[in-house]
Amino acid sequence: MTEKKTPLLDELEKGKWPSFVTEMKRAAVKSESAGELLQVLERSYVEHRGHWKHGGIVGVRGYGGGVIGRYVDEPETYPNVAEFHTVRINQPSGFFYNTKTLRTICDIWEKYGSRLTNMHGSTGDVILLGCKTEDIQPIFDEYSEAGFDLGGSGSCLRTTNCCVGPGRCEFACYDTLEACYNITNEFMDELHRPMWPYKSKIKFSGCANDCTGAIARSDISVIGTWRDSIQFDQAAVKEYAAKNFDIQGLVCDKCPTKCLTYNSQAQELSVVAEDCTRCMHCINMMPKAIKAGKEKGASILIGGKSTIVQSAFMSSVVVPFMKMEVESDFEEFKDLVRRIWDWWDENGKSRERLGELIYRVGMGKFLRECEIPAVPQQVFRPRANPYVFWQQDDLDKSGTALDGSKL
Amino acid sequence: MAKLDQGPPNYKEMLPPIIKENYGKWQYHEIPQPGVLKHVAESGAALYSVRVGSPRLVSIDFIRDICNLADQYCDGHLRFTTRNNVEFLVSDEAKLKELLETLSAQGYAVGGTGASISNIIHTQGWVHCHTPATDASGVVKAVMDDLYEYFESMKLPAKLKMGLACCLNMCGSTHCSDIGIVGVHRTPPRIDHEKLRKTTEIPTLVASCPTGAIRPDPKNKSVVVNEDKCMYCGNCYTMSPAMEIYDPRNDGIAILIGGKVSNARTAPSFSRMVIPFLPNNPPRWPEVTEAIRSIIELWIANAHKGERLGEWIERIGWEKFFSLSGLPFSEMLIDDYIFARETFRTAAGFKY
Repeated sequence: MTEKKTPLLDELEKGKWPSFVTEMKRAAVKSESAGELLQVLERSYVEHRGHWKHGGIVGVRGYGGGVIGRYVDEPETYPNVAEFHTVRINQPSGFFYNTKTLRTICDIWEKYGSRLTNMHGSTGDVILLGCKTEDIQPIFDEYSEAGFDLGGSGSCLRTTNCCVGPGRCEFACYDTLEACYNITNEFMDELHRPMWPYKSKIKFSGCANDCTGAIARSDISVIGTWRDSIQFDQAAVKEYAAKNFDIQGLVCDKCPTKCLTYNSQAQELSVVAEDCTRCMHCINMMPKAIKAGKEKGASILIGGKSTIVQSAFMSSVVVPFMKMEVESDFEEFKDLVRRIWDWWDENGKSRERLGELIYRVGMGKFLRECEIPAVPQQVFRPRANPYVFWQQDDLDKSGTALDGSKL
Repeated sequence: MAKLDQGPPNYKEMLPPIIKENYGKWQYHEIPQPGVLKHVAESGAALYSVRVGSPRLVSIDFIRDICNLADQYCDGHLRFTTRNNVEFLVSDEAKLKELLETLSAQGYAVGGTGASISNIIHTQGWVHCHTPATDASGVVKAVMDDLYEYFESMKLPAKLKMGLACCLNMCGSTHCSDIGIVGVHRTPPRIDHEKLRKTTEIPTLVASCPTGAIRPDPKNKSVVVNEDKCMYCGNCYTMSPAMEIYDPRNDGIAILIGGKVSNARTAPSFSRMVIPFLPNNPPRWPEVTEAIRSIIELWIANAHKGERLGEWIERIGWEKFFSLSGLPFSEMLIDDYIFARETFRTAAGFKY
């Protein structure tokens, strides 16, 4: 192949941030498709438009998703990226790897693909970027043999994801890594064989810092929390004070419920535990001195999604507190999500996310039909309008007025 | 024949010994220097994590390079973060300094901790997607080059998280980032009636439009777009290859700011549009990098310590933000979609 110029992309090899163009060029040394991808991209930079054809349906035997088909719009000009499909590989919990595993991923991809990857896709998967249709099944077979499975795509349970959790965080309120692994394995069928109105995502964050962005990026957001009082190490408080750390200004004054008090004389902290909303601010600021409570679990929020169709939703509270115990195999959680998915599957329109369905039919109906009790923690504030639906069967339907006359 | 439904590799087999031994028993952490985290366990054991920026779109050569480093300094253990950075997990403190020197010598970007700008969560763009209105990797590279000093230091009022989505499907976290960069179209789709008849499920196409701008046209076995109702979201193109919407001269980028997902101090919030349009100007997108830099510098100059971008603006008021920033306010920034009313100012208190 004659050396083709990429003057615009070359500009993006300059500067201090690691360059994706350099990465593409490295791949292109041994991969014709990566070389051609550079040409296609350079052309996009000149013409200010993409050059990928609409859609593409490809996959592997036994599954309904996991591979994103992609075709270039001028296959004669760019024969090596005429087919340029993405394979999603389910990542290990918390993105923990040993080098043996990563090298295996590279070795198989080197054999068949473009040598390009995304580490990782936004949902969490390892993204293998660019292969031919005929290679998809062999690629899957080899990865499968090496202990990997595909991630999700389409109207299914997408690949689940979690924060680093107890692997390396003192804030973790439940075992996010195990929850993610265990629950992914429980719902393999739902992940690999799309059967729902639309996609559904679960993300596990160990505390309200929400390092996976669960509240914004998943239909079912599991956010770690606790139910009793935060705990203090008053000796450590004194150490912060000794370093002239502004405990009053940077910690207490920013407490959203003003439930945290600093006694500067005694250099001690105290809290009105029942007023704390467990926002994590004081713990974030003084991790050596303040810890979460002992009675740990998670809040379950649902409905998060991005813009299309009815604008972006954040997940909202449905179950304020649930134990997320490895010992009970997360049964309470699994039971809840099965009820929710069954209801959505039954009632959801085509391409209607869970959050949109609830918005369409009402939170009350959702809670009632999924047997979830209504509690004040589910709302910022009660409704202001009086347009209430009553269950007519619960009312006195005798048709008799108070004076005994028929209505 | 492949094994079906075996699930992801078991994370337990890939945890470094120090993590297995101290799993769930971490006592506290600190940030000894930008890009380095020190986690101390109840047992007294200390784990150092060295965070390194990644372009996310990487070759297998990059992965093999970081594997070699991990073998040399971390007994073969590393991880990736939810913002696509790499973290080398060092349990032997003696090796920390050596690793940092090697990383520096080889030009790796070490940083992204504490009150810094970490990696930009981003999408496929012109590299692999069929619906983008801008590129992802190129804009991210341009913005991160421009703001690199804030990646490798911790001198901001608070952390700053950015997301980029190449169209308003908004894959990733753009809608809840301190700064969101979103590819936008500004012209309606072009209907290819012949193609539409062959490729499209018309009811699905009609239902895909947020504003109800598309109606069936049974006589022509096609659809009609009411252009007055179309706001160019491109979702019809997602549903139908016959609704091409890209427009090189009019596609570009909108900037949204002030979102967050953490619950610390204030509730999670959406980012809000402050610039409705900037042109696509590859390869460096100067209008975009300049706009983002001036917003960040304004925040640095005015925010209290510990105040996220959105928290600062909510405190001073958006009207004050517009006057301080000099960004033009236009009707494009006033919501007119289904939840619009709650964004209007139903109060007499405001600043002139």
